[in-house]
Amino acid sequence: MTQPEAMQQEVDQFAKDVGASDPVTVIGGKTHWQVGGLPEPETREVRAPAGIWAHEPEEMTVRCGAGTTLGQLSEELARHGQMVPFDMDVNATVGGVLAVGRSGFRRLRYGHVRDLVLQIRHIDHRGKIVSSGGPTVKNVSGYDLCRLLVGSLGKFGCIAEVTLRCLPIPETTRWFTGSLDPFELHEKLYRPSSILWNGLQVWVCLEGVASDVAAQAAPFNFEEVTGPPPFPNVGRLSVEPKDLERHVASSKSACLAEIGVGIIHTNEVVHPPSIPDVNLSLMRDLEERLDPKGRLNPGRQVLN
Amino acid sequence: MVHKSADQNLLGELRSVLGDRARDGDFELGLYSKDGSVLEGNPMIVCLPVNTEEVQQIVRICRKHDRPFLARGSGTGLAGGAVPVGDPVVIATAKMNKILEVDLQNRIAWVEPGVLNLDLSRELSPLGFHFAPDPSSQQVCSIGGNVANNSGGPHCLAYGVTSAHVVAIEVVLPDGRIAVLGDLTAETPGYDLRGIFVGSEGTMGVATKIAVRLTANPPEIRTLLLDFADVRDGAATVSAIIAAGLIPAALEMMDQRAIEIVEAFVNAGYPTEADAVLLVELDGLPGGVEHGVEVVRAVAARHHVGSVRVAADDAERDLLWKGRKNAFGAVARIKPDYYLHDTVVPRGKLVEVLEKVYRIADAHDLIAVNVFHAGDGNLHPILAYDSKEKGVLERVHAAGRAIITASIEAGGVLSGEHGIGLEKRDYMGMLFSAHDMATQDLVREAFDPDGLANPLKVLPSGSRCSDSFGQHVPDGAWV
Repeated sequence: MTQPEAMQQEVDQFAKDVGASDPVTVIGGKTHWQVGGLPEPETREVRAPAGIWAHEPEEMTVRCGAGTTLGQLSEELARHGQMVPFDMDVNATVGGVLAVGRSGFRRLRYGHVRDLVLQIRHIDHRGKIVSSGGPTVKNVSGYDLCRLLVGSLGKFGCIAEVTLRCLPIPETTRWFTGSLDPFELHEKLYRPSSILWNGLQVWVCLEGVASDVAAQAAPFNFEEVTGPPPFPNVGRLSVEPKDLERHVASSKSACLAEIGVGIIHTNEVVHPPSIPDVNLSLMRDLEERLDPKGRLNPGRQVLN
Repeated sequence: MVHKSADQNLLGELRSVLGDRARDGDFELGLYSKDGSVLEGNPMIVCLPVNTEEVQQIVRICRKHDRPFLARGSGTGLAGGAVPVGDPVVIATAKMNKILEVDLQNRIAWVEPGVLNLDLSRELSPLGFHFAPDPSSQQVCSIGGNVANNSGGPHCLAYGVTSAHVVAIEVVLPDGRIAVLGDLTAETPGYDLRGIFVGSEGTMGVATKIAVRLTANPPEIRTLLLDFADVRDGAATVSAIIAAGLIPAALEMMDQRAIEIVEAFVNAGYPTEADAVLLVELDGLPGGVEHGVEVVRAVAARHHVGSVRVAADDAERDLLWKGRKNAFGAVARIKPDYYLHDTVVPRGKLVEVLEKVYRIADAHDLIAVNVFHAGDGNLHPILAYDSKEKGVLERVHAAGRAIITASIEAGGVLSGEHGIGLEKRDYMGMLFSAHDMATQDLVREAFDPDGLANPLKVLPSGSRCSDSFGQHVPDGAWV
């Protein structure tokens, strides 16, 4: 059997596993299992296929089963000096990261995870395979359903296979800390990879060629550290970047803000913000159309 | 062409809102019957609203009369996305052209859809920012059009296409409601409606305000022109640069014919004897740019580069880019008309597909000119022709189909940045199964159950559940 045939067989098997009738939930690495609430008890569990199916370094794309862990993925890519900057638990799966739709702490430079997705094949509520996007680094052919699948917690379908855009691993990655104004740093630094701030102290990640990283860091009173501080992990707040200062100042517990992005990692429980009525009605309509019987990941809620 | 005479009740109602900005004169109808493609349609009425409320009223009036409508920016689209089909009301956004707010703290700007792409970047330049997508038509194309087509441009190799640069969109939905899709926060709650709207070619509503991301201008830019005696060496250099771990800001290629035409047009000193040139741009901090230049030189040397010219200053750089960005217009020097494809192939297949493109053009007695975004494998084969020649369009279409087939067989896609529109919708089945397209249509239908927003675009008729116009070749579209 050729590799494409083997891959197709695994996706076909996953489609059979998902099936067409009873409620079903997809398990990844369970690193973000609580997001959106737990699936209803006794819901049948399925796992997406795992494995790197194609990595073409000169194309800077990788195609893998959605059940592939980030550990497996980064190990394969690193062999060729490449990465997909998800920055999450190595046990998380590619499909899980996309279904949850949260970006890693270097989003300031590398953008949202959705912008790294080129193609997704998913299994819909009827157990049928649906392909969207395309395998090339650039594509505007048809409606980009990949966008809807990222952050959908599996409510629109179970992600089976993913093609991602890879990036070169920078020559140098260095972390610095200091008691500096994070907003001033954001203004002065050219494309920093991350600026984190807890209200008192700032952590900065600079990447690129060694001379640029050194030159960018030089004017500031920085101390070099090995990496970011631990992230408070009870709640995650999303605000406009300009409102970060106000939110951090009013935080009652430990927090860490992603400057220029608008995420605050906090030890307080965060209640999801409400969705405007018109948007909510469109989103409910999409749920109704794409999973009329509500059999995909029942119990989980994207809409609160 | 004879335009269907305007429904007088409809026109009257539109005029009660817009006054003389609702028009049905032959001049306007003619002007808005075409876009940058070779197709032509038939608008019933052209409206020129100035704000969201007027767009909302137009959409509501159209709904009441069961009349399709179509939003239109500058009409530079190359796939017929803005060609009016089914006697629609055209909602032209030309008068909605204000930059509403530049919010440096959030690094975004709110703009109206009719703002021109280059005008926005010019406005932002003194502040140290720009809008990253830069289609070749950027002097005249609108941001609203960029959103509709998810436009690219040479610099999206490093910076990504429009979708990565639009954070929120105020939209008049096809049912007349107003919604803001996305927001300025990092993680908008709910599903990514913004993401599915970008690139939907006006079939999910009319964008009335757009929040675009501001990209910091790079401190250092270096532009290189490399020439090759063999186009294959040029293409191999493209793959090797990327494989060496370098992502240039732009990596463009021109074949011999393109070089000749462009040089005659701009006199930028392009080497007309070369078989191919690469235009490579590196940007960022000085060390990274210097390193990039070295990598490009070393890789090119291994692939038998002729000369490497580094633009000495901004003026020389602008001149080189002027050549690249005006290449399509310059084709008029050899033939008055051209037909442009936009397929993407894996970089490793560039040579193979290029050779096929030449063979296909020869076989159909056409001239192929290639000037394209090599860095991301995005081919732009231009088929130059003279529409006065009898039967030439049949040959152009047959050659186009063969090019698309060759690209998809090589593992590519239909369109990299121009969209599907009307022109490529019947090729969608080469890339997607009937079930894939039916699923796409389910999503479109959630936004527009009655099929009034830019009908008959993107998906072939058969795959649209609510297609009330349902012909294979759309009535009213002529080539």
